[in-house]
Amino acid sequence: MATVEKPIRDIEEATVRFCGDSGDGMQLAGTQLTNTSALLGNDVATLPDFPAEIRAPRGTLAGVSGFQIHFASHDIYTPGDTVDALVAMNPAALATNLSDLAPGGTLIVNEDEFEDRQIKQAGYLTNPLSDGSLDGYQLFRVPMTRLTRLAVAEQNLGVKESDRCRNFFAMGLVFWLYDRPLDPTLRYINDKFSKRPEIAEANRRALRAGVNYGETVDAFTSHYRVRRAKLAPGTYRNIMGNEALATGLIAASKLSNCELFLGSYPITPASDILHELSKFKHYGVRTFQAEDEIAAVTSAIGAAFGGSMSVTSSSGPGIALKQEAIGLAVMTELPLIVINVQRGGPSTGLPTKTEQADLGQAIFGRNGECPLPVIAARSPADCFEVAIEAWRLATRYMTPVMLLSDGFIANGSEPWRLPNVADLPTISVEHPGALNEGDTFRPYARDERLARPWALPGTPGLMHRIGGLEKQDITGNVCYDAENHQHMVHLRARKVANIANDIPEQTVDGPASGDLLVVSWGGTYGACATAAHHAQTEGQAVAHCHLRYLNPLPRNLGEILSRYRRVLVPELNRGQLRMILRAEYLVNAVGLNKIKGKPFVVGEVTRKINELLKGETNGATNGDGFVPTPTQSPVSLREGLQGD
Amino acid sequence: MATEISLPVLSPNDFASDQEVRWCPGCGDYSILAQMKKVLPTLGVPPERTVFVSGIGCSSRFPYYMNTYGIHSIHGRAPAVATGLKASRPDLSVWVITGDGDALSIGGNHLMHAIRRNLDINIILFNNQIYGLTKGQYSPTSPLGKVTKSTPLGAIDNPIYPLSVAIGCEATFVARSTDTNIKHLSMVLKRAAEHRGTSFVEVYQNCLVFNDGAFDYATERDQKVEHTVELEHGKPLIFGKNRDRGIRLNGMNPEVVELGRGISEDDLLFHDERLPEPSLAYLLSRMRYPEFPEAIGVFRDVDRPRYEELLNDQIAEARKAKGDGELAKLFSAGETWTVEA
Ligand SMILES: Cc1ncc(C[n+]2csc(CCOP(=O)(O)OP(=O)(O)O)c2C)c(N)n1
Ligand code: SF4
Repeated sequence: MATVEKPIRDIEEATVRFCGDSGDGMQLAGTQLTNTSALLGNDVATLPDFPAEIRAPRGTLAGVSGFQIHFASHDIYTPGDTVDALVAMNPAALATNLSDLAPGGTLIVNEDEFEDRQIKQAGYLTNPLSDGSLDGYQLFRVPMTRLTRLAVAEQNLGVKESDRCRNFFAMGLVFWLYDRPLDPTLRYINDKFSKRPEIAEANRRALRAGVNYGETVDAFTSHYRVRRAKLAPGTYRNIMGNEALATGLIAASKLSNCELFLGSYPITPASDILHELSKFKHYGVRTFQAEDEIAAVTSAIGAAFGGSMSVTSSSGPGIALKQEAIGLAVMTELPLIVINVQRGGPSTGLPTKTEQADLGQAIFGRNGECPLPVIAARSPADCFEVAIEAWRLATRYMTPVMLLSDGFIANGSEPWRLPNVADLPTISVEHPGALNEGDTFRPYARDERLARPWALPGTPGLMHRIGGLEKQDITGNVCYDAENHQHMVHLRARKVANIANDIPEQTVDGPASGDLLVVSWGGTYGACATAAHHAQTEGQAVAHCHLRYLNPLPRNLGEILSRYRRVLVPELNRGQLRMILRAEYLVNAVGLNKIKGKPFVVGEVTRKINELLKGETNGATNGDGFVPTPTQSPVSLREGLQGD
Repeated sequence: MATEISLPVLSPNDFASDQEVRWCPGCGDYSILAQMKKVLPTLGVPPERTVFVSGIGCSSRFPYYMNTYGIHSIHGRAPAVATGLKASRPDLSVWVITGDGDALSIGGNHLMHAIRRNLDINIILFNNQIYGLTKGQYSPTSPLGKVTKSTPLGAIDNPIYPLSVAIGCEATFVARSTDTNIKHLSMVLKRAAEHRGTSFVEVYQNCLVFNDGAFDYATERDQKVEHTVELEHGKPLIFGKNRDRGIRLNGMNPEVVELGRGISEDDLLFHDERLPEPSLAYLLSRMRYPEFPEAIGVFRDVDRPRYEELLNDQIAEARKAKGDGELAKLFSAGETWTVEA
């Protein structure tokens, strides 16, 4: 029986979210839609949302897991502000996700799960499917559980196993709705379930049943097509932030000819860096799962002394534990990469949610005058480049480097244009060789960048001792001399400050001067770039400046800031970069500060931009209702500096 | 026919750095340093392939006085630093110098894990039953009732015994010696160096300033024969000035017996360093003054695979199976697509 082809409509972009119980396979559904869309040539950006509990009781609000994907026929930088199509597998998922669905948006629910008990469990007093509360949306009530069971009946699976195929049914329906090919998912099924052919077949059937449902059921009157984006020519793959970081680290190790050593202790959302690197032993990668974060960083310091490319990865609480040892790496001037995939804090905070509140910890979080370079990735694919840059700085300046990512970047994904290996710059690392007769080795002598030599154990004649006690300049001997200490503190600071001469000048997107400059860092790049771009298309004199380098700051940043009437610093914290910019440049920067464990949506930044342009707010408020006292005005800041 | 390669003959001075030694005059650390400098030239490892790693404490200044590579790290973390170094540089001879506070208080976790991983490193714990560098607080090895600045009414926490801890973690080499018994100390250090795997050595060390005489019973000329028993592989445990007393096993418990009057050497406990089960070594580590003579010597010396070998074997095997990793392959892993110009 042939079905009539339903009309297909071209659209530029779509945002889809799958949500359901954490056992419903929503991450898989999202990932498959992402990869399929990427393979189609769309630009994509994703936002997974995991519950904090591994398996919260079924059907509860705490157990809802979601995955949002934004795909488009043009460049995009965020996973989307509002959702165009929401797939909710149960009442709890509907309750926790409905507020993000656009008015009039497509709402697909598994109506089989809307039984009284589950409805109540989700906090509804009446059945939302029938009480009229969903009238503002295009509601599709799909009996997914029943249809999936029917589709897989011939496989003779138990009820539980049959129901596990529901996510493939949901995928099939969404794939039909957005005219996506099934091949990538069919390949995935073949791969993944090669040892369980009956499960593979059931999943295939569930997937096709979903497609057929869309095609045949009258309620779905049309479907959509999003054409390929005009991405720069090249070969692409879809990559997640932590994956890109691991890939960048391995690349840096090859480019510098140093074997990679990772000392790490599991912590969300950084663990995948450990998992990922552990797979690459044949690249000479040594991963060491230490007994705690302190052993993770100190083992990396030991390996750095031995000549490895040393890395330690963690999240906020783990970084707090590592700080004493990072101070040792600053004092001993050994190259080391410290990765902080930030999450909601303080303390254990919101382990599975994103935040940018560790900038202060990165820059100031150690005892003593203890500066180190801090750089931040802005998106999943950017992690690759940032990893290489971190190692370049670490070796050129003989210093630990703090690399900041966050949960949003780590688990998000986007298309990554594969670099040509031959085009990647080599990182030249030198170790001094054996000495001539009569010469003495000076472990704390310095080159033009103020870096000391990286002498490796095993080299005759270069025996030397390093440690956390203050070192005499040049000789590296323990030294408690007052003048020497002052000299060394300044020397270490100057070494790090000098990096400003070795990094690109800061650029801005948009007018070179104007009414407003949006300054961002880290994972808020996409929302800020998009909002600034929107403002520009509306003719507003708004520019965007995104910082990769947070310490030292780019040398022309102060001058850039002075060219705009106002400066807005959106951050997922209480204003940590804003505080630094104010202190550094005496600029009256304004904050937009969100600390909800979620990334910015574009609309939030846009609203703030408009508010500032209209001059509605006092420029000194910082977004959380806190009005600074006069001591925070530029004038008194200057007074405060007089005791320096 | 092999040709003779003449190795340069090294002397203790080749291992001495030019730094002034800064321990209190009379500190037991001097003696340990001197024995180390004597032992190292006999091992056939040149100074440039030797690394001393320490934590923080008086004892942890040790690396500065050696003309080898060295890291004076942070409090308690030396075993972890050494782990990273040895795992990535198996060619180096790595020594850890630590104190009772460093190893068993702040660094207890790392000590335990270094031992269980059995890297080929040598951990030398200078036990002076006190915090020396911070000027005399009690330590985790101080006896109950110990009066110090931080325990004016006496310590109330039960001490831990370094060797019992190490044996509990199934250390493959465990030994004890004392700072003043220099011949014995040299022997123990040499044996520790020769053992392949983590060697754990406790050295009774006198802190002249804050805990003088804590180990007199085990180190003073006339006392030590009565209060220590020297372990020798395959030999019975006999001690005393006249070598007339011994240790016998009574069921699960050791007991001190007098030889003669119906008890012969054959009735005594015979030492066996190589027992795969750590129970005997543990039992010996529980013999404590004054009820028992305390054992010195090698408690245990067994073979188990070393972490760095297993790790590097995995790398070699992965390379054999998958070929040396290439970047281009790494980049294009998974599904890719091409955008034409
Ligand atoms: C993180 C940290 N906490 C505390 C100290 C202070 N501290 C230095 S050494 C020491 C104890 C040393 O005792 P022990 O390990 O027995 O060595 P000893 O000085 O007796 O040789 C302490 C508490 C420190 N340096 N670092
Ligand atoms: S305080 Fe004690 S342990 Fe430290 S150097 Fe002096 S005598 Fe030795």
